Order: sequence, then C-alpha cells, then structure tokens
Amino acid sequence: MSTHLPVLQVVVPLLAAPVCALIRNARAAAVIAVLASWATLAIALSLLGDVMSAGVISYAIGDWVPPIGIEYRVDIVNAWVLVIVSTIASVVAPYMITSVADEVARGRIPLFYAAYLLCLCGLLGITITGDVFNVFVFLEISSLSAYALIAMGTRRRALTAAFRYLIMGSVGATFIVIGIGLLYVMTGSLNMADLAVLLPEVWDSRTVKVAYGFLGVGFCLKLALFPLHLWLPNAYAFAPSAVTAFMASTATKVAVYMLLRFFLTIFGAPFSFGVMALDRVLLPLALVAIVSMSLVAIFQVDVKRLLAYSSVAQIGYMVLGLSFASVTGLTATLLHLFNHALMKGALFMAMGCVVYRIGSVHIDAMAGLGKRMPWTMAAFVLGGLSLVGVPLTVGFVSKWFLILGALERGWWPVAVIVLLASVLALVYVWRVVEAAYFRPYGGDEGGPREAPWRLLVPTWALVGANLYFGISAVRTAQVAERAAEVLMTGVGP
Amino acid sequence: MLLLSLVVPVVGAGLILLLRRNPNAREAASLVTAGALFAIVLRVYAAVSEGGRPSLVLAEPIPGIPIVLEAEPLGVLFALIASFLWIVTTMYSIGYMRGHHEKNQTRFYLFFAFAIASVMGVAFAGNLFTLFVFYEVLSLTTFPLVTHAGTEKAKRAGRVYLGILFTTSIAFQLLAIVWTYAITGTLDFQEGGILNGEAAGAVVPVLLGLYVFGIGKAAVMPFHRWLPAAMVAPTPVSALLHAVAVVKAGVFAVLKVTVYVFGIDFLGAEGASVWLMWVAAATIILGSLVAFTKDNLKARLAYSTVSQLSYVVLGAMLANSWGVIGSGMHIAMHAFGKITLFFCAGAIMVAAHKSEVSQLGGLGRKMPVTFAAFFIGTLSIVGLPPTGGSWSKWFLGVGSLEAGQVGLVAVLMVSSLLSLAYLMEIPLKGFFGKGDEQAGGHGGHADHHASADTHDAHGHAPAILKWSMAAIVTTSVACVVLFVYPEPFYRLMSMVAGP
Amino acid sequence: MRLDLFVSHYNYWVVIFLMMVGFYILISRGNLIKKIVGLNVFQTAVFMLYISMGKITGGTPPILVNPKGAGEGHNGAEAGPNGAEAGLGGTEALQEPAAEVVYSNPLPHVLILTAIVVGIATTSLGLALAVRIKEAYGTMEEDEINRIEAETEAAE
Repeated sequence: MSTHLPVLQVVVPLLAAPVCALIRNARAAAVIAVLASWATLAIALSLLGDVMSAGVISYAIGDWVPPIGIEYRVDIVNAWVLVIVSTIASVVAPYMITSVADEVARGRIPLFYAAYLLCLCGLLGITITGDVFNVFVFLEISSLSAYALIAMGTRRRALTAAFRYLIMGSVGATFIVIGIGLLYVMTGSLNMADLAVLLPEVWDSRTVKVAYGFLGVGFCLKLALFPLHLWLPNAYAFAPSAVTAFMASTATKVAVYMLLRFFLTIFGAPFSFGVMALDRVLLPLALVAIVSMSLVAIFQVDVKRLLAYSSVAQIGYMVLGLSFASVTGLTATLLHLFNHALMKGALFMAMGCVVYRIGSVHIDAMAGLGKRMPWTMAAFVLGGLSLVGVPLTVGFVSKWFLILGALERGWWPVAVIVLLASVLALVYVWRVVEAAYFRPYGGDEGGPREAPWRLLVPTWALVGANLYFGISAVRTAQVAERAAEVLMTGVGP
Repeated sequence: MLLLSLVVPVVGAGLILLLRRNPNAREAASLVTAGALFAIVLRVYAAVSEGGRPSLVLAEPIPGIPIVLEAEPLGVLFALIASFLWIVTTMYSIGYMRGHHEKNQTRFYLFFAFAIASVMGVAFAGNLFTLFVFYEVLSLTTFPLVTHAGTEKAKRAGRVYLGILFTTSIAFQLLAIVWTYAITGTLDFQEGGILNGEAAGAVVPVLLGLYVFGIGKAAVMPFHRWLPAAMVAPTPVSALLHAVAVVKAGVFAVLKVTVYVFGIDFLGAEGASVWLMWVAAATIILGSLVAFTKDNLKARLAYSTVSQLSYVVLGAMLANSWGVIGSGMHIAMHAFGKITLFFCAGAIMVAAHKSEVSQLGGLGRKMPVTFAAFFIGTLSIVGLPPTGGSWSKWFLGVGSLEAGQVGLVAVLMVSSLLSLAYLMEIPLKGFFGKGDEQAGGHGGHADHHASADTHDAHGHAPAILKWSMAAIVTTSVACVVLFVYPEPFYRLMSMVAGP
Repeated sequence: MRLDLFVSHYNYWVVIFLMMVGFYILISRGNLIKKIVGLNVFQTAVFMLYISMGKITGGTPPILVNPKGAGEGHNGAEAGPNGAEAGLGGTEALQEPAAEVVYSNPLPHVLILTAIVVGIATTSLGLALAVRIKEAYGTMEEDEINRIEAETEAAE
C-alpha cells in the first residue's frame, strides 16, 4: 500500500470526482470531497516524511521503467508543494460545504465538487509527476476545472472573468506544449531526470533556447507574473469565495513550482542563470510587480479584488527570491509558497464569511463589521498583518529570508524596495481595517451577525497556522532550505 | 521568572476580560496584576544585581535566531520603571476613566495589559530579533489604545501613529537587523558589541543611522510626528505609554543597540555616532522650541517628551560610559517626571475641563495639590535639585565633556532653560495668574477633594478621584526621593557601563 | 542556401504561419466565438508541429511487420496519461530485430492525441461559457460586454 502512495496521491481525487458528479446529492458529494481532500493530505504528509528520511521516491506508473514509462518522482521539493496544496485543500473543503451551499445553485453543487476534486487532482498531478508531457496533461485538467469553478460565481461577471482566463490560460498552456515539444525534438526524452542529463549536451542549440523562452512565457502566464497577470484579479474577485480561497493559495503556487522544476531541475541552475540570465530577466519584473501591484491594490474598492492584486504582488516576492539565484533566495521563495498560501487562504476565507453574511465585499459595505462580526474581522486583521510581514506571523519569516538573500547578493536597494512594499501592504490592509472598525455600521439594527462556526473554524485554522508557523518556523524553514539546496544542485540521489 | 513577567500581564488581561461585567472587580484584577508584576521584576532585579543573568528561550521562529529572554541590568532598569509605574497608572486610570466617562473601558484595560506584556518583552529581550518582535507587538497593542475614542480624529491619529512606527521599523530597523545578521551571523547581545571588528568604514555610521531612525519610538526628528498624534488617546495612555513605556522602549532599544550591538568602545573609536549626536541635539532644541508654540497642554508635554527623548539618544551616541550612564538614568528620571506632568494634565482635564495652557490662570489656587505636583515634575524635567532629573543631566554633561563636545554642553544648557520656560509657565500661571471667571462656573473652582458638586452632577462620587490624586502624589514624591536615593538605578547602569 | 533552409524546414514555416494567424484572430477579434476559433487555429498549429516532427523521411507507420508483436503499438494509443505508454510500445517495436525497416516515431502522435482531446475540452468549455455570457449580457461582442460591465461598476 505505502509503495503506491505516489499514485494514490493523484488517483484518490481523480476517482472521487466522477463519484461526486454521479451521485447528484449535494451533501454526499460534500462529504466525499472533504474525505478525499483529507486523504490527500495524509498521503502528502506521509510522502514528505518518507522523502525526508529516505530520499527520493521514484514510482513507475504501470511498472513501465522510466525514462520510457511515466515516472512519478517525489523529492523534497515537490513533497513540500504537495503538502502545501493538500493542506489548503483539507482546510478549504470543509469550509466549502457552507459557503458553496450559499453561493452556488443547488443543482450544480455535486458538479461543483467534481470540478473541485479534478482541480485538486490536476494540481497534485503537476506537482508529483516526473514526466514533462504529463505536466501539461495535469495542467489542463486543473485549468479546465478551474475555469468551470470560477464561472460558477454568483455574479455574471464571473462568466467573462472565466472566459478571459480560459483564453489566456490556454495560450499559456499551448506555449508550454510547444516548449515541451521542442525539448523532445532535441533530446528524444520526456522524463525530467533524463532530460536533465541529456540537455547539457545541447545547451548551445538555438532550439533549446527557444524552448526555454516558450516555457518561460507559458509559466509566467500561469503564475500571473506581471505583466501577464491580467486574467487574475477578475477571476479571483468573481469566483465563489471558497474557490478563490483555494485557487489563490494553490494554483499560482503550483505554477511557481513548475517554473522552478523546469528551469532549475530540468535545465539546471547553471543554464538558467549562466546562459539565459534568468535572474536578470526576472528581477526587474518581480520588483515592478511588487511595487506596481501593491499600489494598484491600494486603490481597489472591492476587497476580494484588492487581495487579488496583492496576490500578484506577492507572486513578485516569490519570483524575486528565485532571481537571487542563491539558496537563501530560493528558501525564501519556497517558504513564501507555503506562507502566502496560509495568509491568502485565511484572508479570502474571512472575505467568504463576509460574503456569506452581507453578500458583498465592497469596502463601504464592510463599515462597522468589526463590531458585528468580531471573529471574522479579527481573522482578517491577523491575516493582513501576516501579509504585511509583522513579526510572529509567517509573512515575517519569508520576508526575513528574502531580505537576507538580497543583502547576501549586496543588492541593498532591492531589500529597501521589498521593505517599502510591505509598508504599501500595510496601507491597503489598513484601509479595510479602518472601514471595519472606525466607520459606523450603516444598515438597520437587525443587520449581519457573526458568520457561522462552520465557516469560522476553517478560517481560524489557517489563522492559527499563520501564527504557529510564524512563531516556530524552524521545521518549515529547514524543509524549504533543503529543498532549495536540491533545486540549486540539480538532480541528485 | 522571566516567563512570568510576560505571563502575568497576559493572565491579568484574561481576568480583565472575564470580569468585564463588574468594573470594580475588573479594576481590582488590574491592580493585583500590576502589583504581582512589580514583585516579579523586583525578584529579577535581586538576581541580576548579584550578577545573575537569568535567560529563557521561548521559541525559534527562524533557525539559529531564537526568541529569547535574558535579564541584564539595562533591561531590569527599564522593567522596574515600567512595572512600578503601571501600578500607579492603574490607580490613576480608575479615577480618570470613570471621571471622564470613557467608553469601552474593558478594552482599555485589556490592551493596556497586553502593552505592558510587550514592554516586558522589550525589556528582557535577549537578542536583537526578540527586541524587534516585541517592539512591533507593542506598536500593535497600543494602537487600540491610541484610537480609543474611535472618532475621525482618532482614526487619523492612529494612521500617523502606526504609519510612522511601522514604516520606520520595517523600512530601516528591519533592514539594519538583517544587515547586521548578514555581517556577523548572529543577533545576540554581547558585551562589547557584536559588530566590533566585523564592520568598518562607512558601513558603521550608516548602519547606526538606520537603527536610530528605524527605532521610530525614540522619536528622533524627523520621525517624531507620531508622538503628538498619539496624544488623542486617554490621558493614562499618554502618561504611561507615551511618556514611559512606548517611548522609553524606543530609546531603550537605541541604548541597547549602542551598547550591545555596536559596543561603545568600538563606536567611540570609529567616530560613527558623531553625526547622530548632532541630529539628537537638533531634536532637543527644536522639540523645545515647538513645545513653546503649543497651547494645548498635552501637545506641549508631547513635544517636551520628543525633546527629552533625544537626551537619551544623545547620551547613547556619546559612546562613553558617562554618556551611557546618563542615558539610562534619564530613562528613569524623565519617566517619573513626565508621568507626573501627564497625570496633572489629566486631572485638570477631568476636574476643570481645561486642556489649553492659556485657560489655566488661577486654577492652581483651586487645585493646589495638582499644581504643586506639576511644579515638582517640572523641576525634575528641567534637571534642578532637589529632584532626580538633576542626576541624569549631570552625567550627560560629564559625558559630553569627556567626548570633547563642548557644543553639546551648551545645547544641554540652552534646552534646560527652554524647558524651564515652557513648563514653569504652567504652575506660575496656575498659582499667580488671573482666574478665568467665565469658565469658573463649571468646574474651575474644583480641586478633586472639593469638587463633589461637579461630579455628582455627572453621577460620580469624588472618592474615585482620590485614586488619581494618590497616583499624582506618589510619582511627584518619587521625583524627590530619586534625588536623595538614585542608588539602584545608578548601580544598574554602572554594571552596564562602568566608568 | 537560404531557400534550401526554407524548403527543408517547410513544416515549421507552415506551423509558424498558422500560429500567427490563430494568435492574430485571438487578439484582434472581439467576438467571443471568433476568439475561440482563433484559439483553435493556434492550437492546431502546435498539433501540426508535433505530428510533423514525428515523421521520419521514408519511414513507415510504426506497425510491426513481425506478427508476433503486432497491435501493441496500437492498443496503447489512447488518450490521457497513457500516451507515453504507447510510446513505449513503439520504442519496443523499434528495438525488434527487423532493423532495416525505418519507422516514423509514434510517440509525438500519441502525445498530440492527448493534446487534441484537451483542445476539444477547452473549446467546448469556451463555447459553453460563450453561450452563458450571451444569456447574461445579451451580446457576444467583447467591447459591448466591457461597456456593460463598466456601467454596472459605475452604478454600484
């Protein structure tokens, strides 16, 4: 059983999805979705444990020996990402039951869970597979289900947001296929480990460089790196709250993982940083993303969209860590994958609670909620402080490594920009806080009450994780650091 | 023991929350907690003065950089002052908050207790990282206190408060800390400094500048605006937090960084602190001058605090043992003096509903105790015998001479004269000024003891205000006692920087 | 020389031309259906790229002449993650002793079969969304939709 864990990681949600779609009972589908999510977390944790103690796990699908067959290859990097994705899934799934029942038409709920499970399956698949074409397949599984999930939002703008995302996402995925095809032309292999061995021989080839370019653009579209982020704010703003919480904390993280995996493991750090000057390309983009998107976020009146722009800025932090081309920088990136998932998950879930009670997240509609919904808004404040990077929250830990990485390279202006951007984050978080705590409640006396505990418990679970991993980040930092070393040194045993 | 110093206020906060239905029990809980905390700090003092260095690791957020508490003389000095004055302030608050009909009093006491817990964290921080963590927590826990009124004005003040404190600490202080870590690979406080021998040249003054400006709570100009803004808070908050705990946490951090991160010998040899001496000197003079122009009593006291805080910064920047001793002493002496002044200002506001200096004429004859206390506080701030403030001024002067900065001695003298002028105006006006009869009808004739009619009109017994008067008397007497008996503070400081 | 390069790589030129056409439609057309058509042309270009690169000049379809192993290459050629397994079947066939027979590489073809399936799914989802947008907004022109959205936003 335990030898089959790698494939079960993907198969469990994959099989649960059609079951949800077939039984057509909202409650049963919800239970299945929650159980499947928890199962993936259990598997992911056990895989991480195995990898930490025993090294890389290689699983040959259907016993076809790699590099010819498809290999599922779990090392510390993707075990880490698997844990991130499945943790968020496990927390968001119970939250969905209540939130989705409120926001999605009743008849569609089983289908909603099916799409959610497929999306989860796709994200886990991208992460675990050791075969580049398989990445594309899972990418499309997750993307197609994501388009459907976003389109289930209550307002009609969800449809246009989903359509726009579909167009841009498909273009991005197609770019990735082109890149993969060109790699295959040059090496005749699709296995990641195999490619990593074969590619250095053909580094000089223009085809490889073109493949690199196509893949780069494709990934950047998927992870919404400035200026390819245009699909993201509306998609996050108009999707059902639970979907936003799930996607914001997983989809872009997995895209960052793809970027790291392809550019560092497959092409190798020497090629990426030495030949292609990836660091010098990403550094300005990341800085512009951080500053400009934080500024844009300040002027948003829809809080979900505000958080979405903040996500684009935070993706800038992750890419910035990569552009330092050092173990410390990558540690910051990998930590921030996890930490940002925790904080954005908590923030979007708090917004979901607000939507549940008052049906809007317009900043004016939130006036006076600090008194009306104290727990929800307290969760928002703590998540927001984490976003700013206040000590004792996870946001601080990632910021610490990021600044350390910048100073190690001697790039102190970069460190200053990062720090000033945290101040910008403070400004946009504080706008919401002031609305909720300082403006009087405008409506009638009967107004909104506190969100139900079924929503609050998952939200506070993530808030608690924000604090816990902020106070005691030794384990997460160690895992991230080891993963960063693995990425920088390339394929090792 | 150290852990208790954090846990006790937090437990106290829990009690306050539990007893929120019963104001008397709630306030009793506050007082008991404050007393317990002071007792704990006294025991830590006993241990440290015998040469002990109790320490305790709380957590390890980043590998190699734990959150650790360690008691050393400077921290004990700060903790002693803060915990003692917490008791006094709690007594004062009881009278003030009820007399002034403040809302949300439970929230007030709750966050007050949290703030004190963070102050203890700052005081006993065992490394730079821990100091930073509690410093930030302190900013956050005091925010609800500053914006207590919840009005538009409070909101704006809160923005300035958090904006300046966070911007400076994130943009400068954190940068400096990470930079220090990148240079030395450690953030521990060590005698003689961790940067000694690791850094040289232009890096040192720049780094020191990042610290001094980054510790925004020290209110070195141009990052002082938050302090006057914070005066929108209820007076007990202004008194304890913005004359003692928060601002002193700032200058304490500066002192701690100077002594244990840079090392005074190293700084003195590098001459890296000279430019900051003059920044501090400029703040001293400018702060005093601005204080002159303020008619609002609390605003005048706030600018006086800005000016006085830079004495401490100046002492640290002198980078010799007399300067450091003077700094540490000034943390203590200014704390007692300024808290007295704030208490008086609050008493005047509650009893006579006066907040402007120009309205105080003749009031001293009606509130003799309050204005006498104000007079003593003024003497201590100016640095005249027989009050404790004269000691710290003396040591700072000696330190300046030793550093060869005769100009700074002149600055000290000029600013003393200035503060004498702008503070002494108040008791003089109170005792000898002409009474403002038109406002007298409301409450101007009232000292606290005699103001029964005013307060009965508000539905409050004057007995409550006795608590406040007791607090005022305590701190003003302490100012005098510290002149005769500054021994504990001096001994602690000479353990830090023996001449 | 130049012409030679052009002619010998003509499949790439076709692919690039198709790709640009598709991309242009995608960007320039405001009608949602036309956008989907553009996306399809764009994806088809990639299909062509894969298919043409698997072809080896003079190669036969990768079906074993030797009856013993026949069919294996076919059975595996299904959609989904199984694609690469099919590739294995093909490679094995290549390793058979009948070395004088040159086979085309079947693996890219199988891969692209998967991609085609994905393309169909994308198209149908896109069309479904277009239908619902038409229902919700009463139009399928992007600028119309933008105008309506801007109006609703201003009204909020």
